[in-house]
Amino acid sequence: MISSGGGGGGGGGGGFADRSMRNAVDQGEEIFTRFDSRIVQRLWGFFGPHRLYFVAALSAVLLFTAVQVAIPYTVRYSIDASVGTSTIALTTVLSVFGGLIVLYAIMQFVQEWLSSCLAQRVIFDLRRAMFAHLQDVSLSLLDQTQVGRLMARLQGDVGSLQEFLENSVSAIGDLFLLIGIIVVLLGMDLKLGLLTLSVLPLLVLARALWIPWAKVKFRRARESSSSVNAALAENISGIRTVQENRREAFNFERYTGLVQENLEAQIGSSQASQIMVPAVDILTGAALAIVVVVGGEAVLGGTLGVGVMVAYIFYVQRFFDPIRTLSMQYTMMQRAAASGHRIFEVLDLPITIADRPDPVEITQATPGIEFRNVTFGYRPDQPVLHALNFAVKPHQTVALVGPTGSGKTSITALIHRFYEAWEGEVRVGGHDVRDISLESLGQTVGLVLQEPFLFSGSIYDNIRYGVTGADKADVIAAAVAVRAHDFIMQFPDGYDTQLGQRGRNLSIGQRQLLSFARALLAKPKILILDEATANIDSFTEQAIQQALKVLLNGRTCLVIAHRLATIRDADLIIVLERGRIVEQGNHDELLKRRGLYSRLHSSSHDSFDDIAAPLAAYAA
Amino acid sequence: MNTVASLIMTAQPPQQAAEPTAARVDVKAMPKILGRLTRLALRYPIWSGAAVSCALGAAVFNLITPRLLGQAVDQAHHLLVDGQFNPAATHAALLTTALLIVGTCAVRGTLTGLQGFLGEAIAQRVGYDLRLAFFQKLQHMSFSFHDTNHSGDLIARGMLDLEGVRGFLETGVLRVITLVLLLGVGSWQVLRADLQLGLLSLSFVPFVIWRATQMGALLRVTWNRLQEMLSNLTLDMEENLQGSRVVRAFASRSFELAKFDRIAQAALELSNRRIVIRMGAMSVMNLAYYSAMALVLFFGGRRVADGSLTVGMLTEFLTFMSILQQPVRQVGMVVNSSARATSSGRRLFEILDAQPEIADVPGAKNLVIDQGVLRLENVAFSYPGSTRNALTDINIEVSAGRTLGIVGAPGSGKSTLAGLIPRFYDVTAGRITIDGQDIRRVTLQSLRRSVSLVQQEIFLFDTSIHNNVAYTDPWAQEERVIEATSIAQLHEHIATLPKGYSTRVGERGVSLSGGQRQRMSIARGLVSQPDIIILDDSTAAIDAATEQRVRAALRDAVNHMATIIIAHRLSALKDADEIVFLEGGRIVERGNHQHLIGAGGRYAALWALQNRTDGYLGTAGHPLEEAQVS
Repeated sequence: MISSGGGGGGGGGGGFADRSMRNAVDQGEEIFTRFDSRIVQRLWGFFGPHRLYFVAALSAVLLFTAVQVAIPYTVRYSIDASVGTSTIALTTVLSVFGGLIVLYAIMQFVQEWLSSCLAQRVIFDLRRAMFAHLQDVSLSLLDQTQVGRLMARLQGDVGSLQEFLENSVSAIGDLFLLIGIIVVLLGMDLKLGLLTLSVLPLLVLARALWIPWAKVKFRRARESSSSVNAALAENISGIRTVQENRREAFNFERYTGLVQENLEAQIGSSQASQIMVPAVDILTGAALAIVVVVGGEAVLGGTLGVGVMVAYIFYVQRFFDPIRTLSMQYTMMQRAAASGHRIFEVLDLPITIADRPDPVEITQATPGIEFRNVTFGYRPDQPVLHALNFAVKPHQTVALVGPTGSGKTSITALIHRFYEAWEGEVRVGGHDVRDISLESLGQTVGLVLQEPFLFSGSIYDNIRYGVTGADKADVIAAAVAVRAHDFIMQFPDGYDTQLGQRGRNLSIGQRQLLSFARALLAKPKILILDEATANIDSFTEQAIQQALKVLLNGRTCLVIAHRLATIRDADLIIVLERGRIVEQGNHDELLKRRGLYSRLHSSSHDSFDDIAAPLAAYAA
Repeated sequence: MNTVASLIMTAQPPQQAAEPTAARVDVKAMPKILGRLTRLALRYPIWSGAAVSCALGAAVFNLITPRLLGQAVDQAHHLLVDGQFNPAATHAALLTTALLIVGTCAVRGTLTGLQGFLGEAIAQRVGYDLRLAFFQKLQHMSFSFHDTNHSGDLIARGMLDLEGVRGFLETGVLRVITLVLLLGVGSWQVLRADLQLGLLSLSFVPFVIWRATQMGALLRVTWNRLQEMLSNLTLDMEENLQGSRVVRAFASRSFELAKFDRIAQAALELSNRRIVIRMGAMSVMNLAYYSAMALVLFFGGRRVADGSLTVGMLTEFLTFMSILQQPVRQVGMVVNSSARATSSGRRLFEILDAQPEIADVPGAKNLVIDQGVLRLENVAFSYPGSTRNALTDINIEVSAGRTLGIVGAPGSGKSTLAGLIPRFYDVTAGRITIDGQDIRRVTLQSLRRSVSLVQQEIFLFDTSIHNNVAYTDPWAQEERVIEATSIAQLHEHIATLPKGYSTRVGERGVSLSGGQRQRMSIARGLVSQPDIIILDDSTAAIDAATEQRVRAALRDAVNHMATIIIAHRLSALKDADEIVFLEGGRIVERGNHQHLIGAGGRYAALWALQNRTDGYLGTAGHPLEEAQVS
């Protein structure tokens, strides 16, 4: 049953992660991809390191198949021995039979074990390769891709490839089993063999006609169940909004429509899968009837041993199985091909930002930052920064100030080499960032995001994220320094408190303090900080302000600043607008200049957006 | 069953005890839950009856084939035994048998197919009923339920557990019936034909059932643990990608890869263990089956040789065994799916049996708004399971056209208070009235239609901007939506988008900034034209100038509303008719701005703090905003 709605049969198959993620995959491109030989080749590359496994698994499968073919054959001899038409004694035949069944049991285990291990290892490697590759792909590429889509590839596509691989070794076995049975049938009696096998083309034809028809139904069932599940998930995630807006009745009505459609699709798919059952049974009956009539005649006429007739009965009941599994494998293969295609798409994402050969390490204790004529943008022909020039000297704190869209965040991203500048040079510690190893750059430049990102796990693990070897005393010292210790200790589990769903159980201010502690513990030589102001209450804000002083002390800092206090304490203030520097100097200088900054300062505005208009006027 | 349970208990490492569903198969609850599930299927008595009849028919016809095949072998072989030969009669007999075989196979196949289809159809219908019941139940469970039940867990119940239950109904029940029928009728048939050979050909059955049961239960347990590991792996990869900036900022590539290896390796080992369990059991079961066959061949063969048994009879026993083999082995699957259905069924029924804490009282009337006066009288509230009062002695009044401001430190009870008014929670003491009607006595539908609560974080649905704004009232006219977005100062922005109001939220490149999302939230709250609107810190991410415009527009456009504003930024509150200062769930100061400043208390201190020259100079930009403006 390809539809496999239930899953879980025989202890599993499918599985939640796989199925639900597969739902997230773009659906249009799924099934009708032809098997691309290039994908096979590339996939084969992943088998390379496990070649021995592969050879062993294949040999085991062949041996197992041979045993499977041999067993009914020995039944023939034991029947013949019983009726006395064979010269071989029954006990001899049965000892061979005994040997064969032991071998059967062993080989069944070995072949399945080897082929599954092989598939799992290949899949492990493949997934790891994707994951590792994604660590190196530039952020500009990642930004354009939704995490959900990537996850669909890492989970759903890898899963359907795994399903295919796990079954493909035994599919090879099935193919040999089919050939073996055909050979034995023809070998025992050519005429009877040919006649019996005449139902085979009919069966193949029936299946060939059935597959495209059924596939449409199966697909409809899959799609409708993914839309039902998506609707359920959305309603649960947004349940508060649903209730706040009294949408219960409306949503229920819409959901009922989806569920109804799903019911019809599922029943259609079940019709499609069950209709094959009588077809196969009727053809099996026909083959048995041929054996009875033609074989029976031959036995009557004395041209055929009765043992052969019994063996035929056994073989005929067997040879429909491999055909079924093979055609299922074919469908699986098509899906796997599409998945393989999407997997290699991920692996083929270009790595644009990588270490040059023999990169430089930053050794200075306090490096500075310099922008030389830097032009940069996210989309071609739409630069966000225009030939920018400025320097942050060692130990200096520089504040970047400017309205939304002025390019502040882009500047910080360039220092970390998340993106490559279009023109000009970004220099850290006297070297072009392109010459510095990414590892060294990461260790030198610390970054605090405006929206702190925390990982699931304990508070302790989150603080020492950058320095995984740090011990508890160091972690606590960092937390104390940024004034996070008190609120952490208010949790019953203190530092071992697990952060549910990326710290949703903390307020934004608290998350901010944790990310400060994390940055402090990593002891970066350069700190880049995107100051967060929004959503933080005045109470937490004071703690943050004091934590900032600790954080900024004694290193080179570049701060996207919103608070006047931070800005006033900076050694240099750079006022940006639309990717250009409009003014720079320290607080006093800028005040004395009686330019934009001083106007801003003397006005009672408390938001920077308010000065967007005067700035524009100034620029014009 | 007891042996299975004890076996599984010992097979589990003790640290798994904390995860009852994952750690073992709950044998005790099984009959009750499976019984309840089966009763759900029996709500379709005609379908169920038809399915069982088909299963019965299929089993009977399945058992006829060995007899026919044995008969055919005997017919063909007769000559050699008796020495009598009547070609015409034998031909006719063979032909008749052949036709009977084709007929039997056709009927058997049709009935098997029908039985499969009916089983699936019933399971799908039950699935349909459960889906709707589950969805409806969740929609009516109150906030306190959703506070304690993780949305991911609820989604898993609605998807996975539902499938688990359905899978059991689809195959489990009918498989058991088929097996019982085959074993019962078949045993009677073969034992009657020949006691010794009958017993021999059935000898593998008890052993295989025992092993299959064990395997099914063990596989279930390992499967659960594997799923847990795989979801850890998913979480790990997802977080890594979502936090890619942090990962790179800390140069944590190798740390992340090591973490991945550790989790993935553990999952790999466990799934290898699963294969060992499964294949170990399978090969032993096959060995048992073939050993029984060897015994039948040996004893049967000797008796054929001495003439006390015909070859046809021997063939009949052998084919009977091959028919029985499949369903007997499927016992493993049945056990597995029963175990799954037990834990899934329990998780599903837990939700379906839950009673919403907040619902209409019998005879609840629609809320009638006249003056639009909202009053909280001596209100106290504590969250379920908490001994501490989140709110104590709250007395507030606000009427149409007037504004109440609420301020206080985080955790002082501001949002809790806001949640009481649309009755997301019920007060523990005191009462809340609107125009004199206790809100617990009116219908939820009418209450929530009159009260809009605008939260700090908006939940956006994956649909157009229009549908998101008009979420409260899907049939709202375009003008009403535009009116709402205009008040929220969002219309101009939407108008600049190439697809305007049809723009899909979250479509690449049109993500909204924090401030825009909040303005959208306000617009959504306005579409239904509520009588009372509560803005719960919903302007924090909006810059001060825009916020002022929003407030002005709110005042101008809708002076018939009673407005409650909760804010950290006092400038947002200073024009309110009354401001209350909350601390530890109590009102500690109240009055208008001038009064509170004059009083020189906490409010005045906070005002001074926020208006120092080193206060905000903040833009409330979204960090990604820059990347998206172009």
